[in-house]
Amino acid sequence: MAEAAVRAGCTFFAGYPITPQNEVPEYLSWRLPQAGGVFVQAESEVAAINMIFGSSAAGARSMTSSSSPGVSLKQEGISYIAGAELPCVIANVQRGGPGLGNIRASQGDYFQAVKGGGHGDYKLIVLGPAYVQELYDLTMRAFDWADYYRNPVMILSDGILGQIAEPLELTPYTPIVKLPPKDYILTGCAGRTPRVVKTLFLNPADGLVHHNDHLQEKYRRIEHELSLCEEYETADADIIIAAYGMSGRIAKGAVRKARRKGLKVGLIRPITLWPFPKEPFVRAARTASKMLVVEMSCGQFIEDVKLASECAVPVEFFGKGGGWYPMDTDILEIVESMQPCRSAPCATRKD
Amino acid sequence: MATFTRPDTLKDQITHYCPGCGHGIAHRIVAEVIDELGIREKTIGTAPVGCAVLMYDYFNVDMIECAHGRAPAVATGIKRVQPDKIVFTYQGDGDLAAIGTAETIHAANRGENITVIFINNAIYGMTGGQMAPTTICGQPTTTTPDGRGAHGEGGPIRVCELLSNLDGTCYLERTAVSTPKDVLATRRAIKKAFENQIAGKGFSMVEVLSMCPTDWKLSTQKSLEFVNNDLKKVFPLGVYKDR
Amino acid sequence: MDNQATYITIAGSGGQGIVVVGNLIARACVIEGKNASGWVAYGAEMRGGTANATVIVSQEEIACPFVETPDMAIMLNQPSLERFEGNIVEGGMVLLNTSMIQRPVERDDLKQVFLAATEMAHELGNLKVANIVALGAFIDHTQVVKMDSIRQAIGDLFASKNPKMVELNLKALDVGAANYKCEKVKG
Repeated sequence: MAEAAVRAGCTFFAGYPITPQNEVPEYLSWRLPQAGGVFVQAESEVAAINMIFGSSAAGARSMTSSSSPGVSLKQEGISYIAGAELPCVIANVQRGGPGLGNIRASQGDYFQAVKGGGHGDYKLIVLGPAYVQELYDLTMRAFDWADYYRNPVMILSDGILGQIAEPLELTPYTPIVKLPPKDYILTGCAGRTPRVVKTLFLNPADGLVHHNDHLQEKYRRIEHELSLCEEYETADADIIIAAYGMSGRIAKGAVRKARRKGLKVGLIRPITLWPFPKEPFVRAARTASKMLVVEMSCGQFIEDVKLASECAVPVEFFGKGGGWYPMDTDILEIVESMQPCRSAPCATRKD
Repeated sequence: MATFTRPDTLKDQITHYCPGCGHGIAHRIVAEVIDELGIREKTIGTAPVGCAVLMYDYFNVDMIECAHGRAPAVATGIKRVQPDKIVFTYQGDGDLAAIGTAETIHAANRGENITVIFINNAIYGMTGGQMAPTTICGQPTTTTPDGRGAHGEGGPIRVCELLSNLDGTCYLERTAVSTPKDVLATRRAIKKAFENQIAGKGFSMVEVLSMCPTDWKLSTQKSLEFVNNDLKKVFPLGVYKDR
Repeated sequence: MDNQATYITIAGSGGQGIVVVGNLIARACVIEGKNASGWVAYGAEMRGGTANATVIVSQEEIACPFVETPDMAIMLNQPSLERFEGNIVEGGMVLLNTSMIQRPVERDDLKQVFLAATEMAHELGNLKVANIVALGAFIDHTQVVKMDSIRQAIGDLFASKNPKMVELNLKALDVGAANYKCEKVKG
């Protein structure tokens, strides 16, 4: 992720030490200066995100990374950055919570990431990588989408993905789209009228209403344009597992095992968590008889699955918080216990 | 013959500040200095949260409005990305010495090459006169009706003294805008604080004792006397660091 | 256990180079076009106790990156044996560094491979290569990846750091491959 950021032209990083993501700032502390960028170890998470606010306003591709408790602290700054429509990339290598929790992997910050987290009506583009290569690729894309939409992008990873080692192809960076010129950044007002980057709208009285309308319009556009999802063996599946990130990847193992046993099981793994890829779930609700949500949290992601599938099929749940993770064999066992009942959809199990 | 005109760095705008407030004087001094040094087109200012939050409407330079107390962190981000620009923060006492204490101390300690204008009027102005970190002992506020210190509030924080211990600071001076002589001294200090940045010398801060007649519930004349007779005793004027 | 994937745990104490062993196996996989995923765990007893690396080798994309029941294990010290002996899958294999492990495994369903890796490393003049000696025996016995791929991986990994280490490690690999003893599954 850190190397992808450098290759994507990130020239400013500020962060504060927290496990399990210390490898990122440690790497960037030497790599960024080598690439002509700036690394600052901030005095706090709050300062780090505000440094990003400044560096992004000054035109640099900017990034910060942290883990759950630290990301909570950053929420103030994230709200300002979203409100001021500045691009940046924020990585959350999630760990167990609430509170100090533990340093095992978790997906407990889903709501915080996709529903807001800080104050006010704003949205982050949220990405949920499941593989090291995907983390690398998405990090590059994150910088593009941030610039393209002038919006903060969060990479919602977890402590397992943050710590595993996998072969990685260090592909070169090429922008996905022609990026718009940064005609809003602060460079000193030589030869032009001064610019102001702000989130305060006192005048006129409905100025903030208009600003919010504008933001919402942008969010609708992003929802319309951006959607990434892996669908695996869903075409003929009776049971569809919905899971993202690490639990999505583990669920894929369960699907393979189930298929070898002749069970018609498929997987939908959203990669963009906001915008949430609704269409595959709408389709799944027509073809499958049941869904199973697997998440490393206590019932957050399932809400979006239910909304996207409009509760058209029963959705069962397998998840726990606090640093727990599922094994593919556990998921398989649950899938085996779920009786498909296509003719009369019902939520009861035949035990 | 010289005429008294508006500096280029100030827009033709009527400010929202109360009669007798020191912000107008401080704004004008900063603007004059920016004009004089010829740096308007390469200056980036950061606005605080507090009475000066709308200063981006008054200053004719690129500006960013920051979250409460975070201006030194934001300024760090800007200056590190564009080291050839002149970056300043303009902060009140609640912003700089309460909610933003960590950002202030650490930006100073890193020796960020920025200029900090610290307006100390010993009260929270915009929110209606609550106790500030620099409210002096015995001073009544809306949250210390019996005067500061009666109920375990502690004493005022002296920021220049505090920061003078940090190796990263280059220049620290406390001035006032309560007499013509003080205004001239403030102008000299602020000019020096900007010159230091141009010369790449590091963190420079000017703490300006200023008036808040409205929230002190004093007349404009009595407010000047409060600065001269009371605040200056607790916050002695002078240079605390110059290297 | 998937037929498609092999789960390998390498356990020892911090400083015995378990991560390097995992890294080399993973690199060999890449050379052979296989998938690999690695995971390192340090216990609270990080100094002197056990630390372990897990490598999954697979023809297909690796879904679950954890292993609760490895198929194969390389045990470099006694605490590792105590801790992981019960985890190995039924009928799996274990390689024991007899220089630092006093007894064979107590289970009778496991295939056991013995070698005095630390002593052999001592004879080679560098205790640090005990891990590579063990790897040589492990690869020769299991063929989980080709020995040539490991040789190439050693070249890739050490050449940039210290070219002299390439030669020493290749030698350690050969010594391990030629000097281990197998014990058939009992009963």
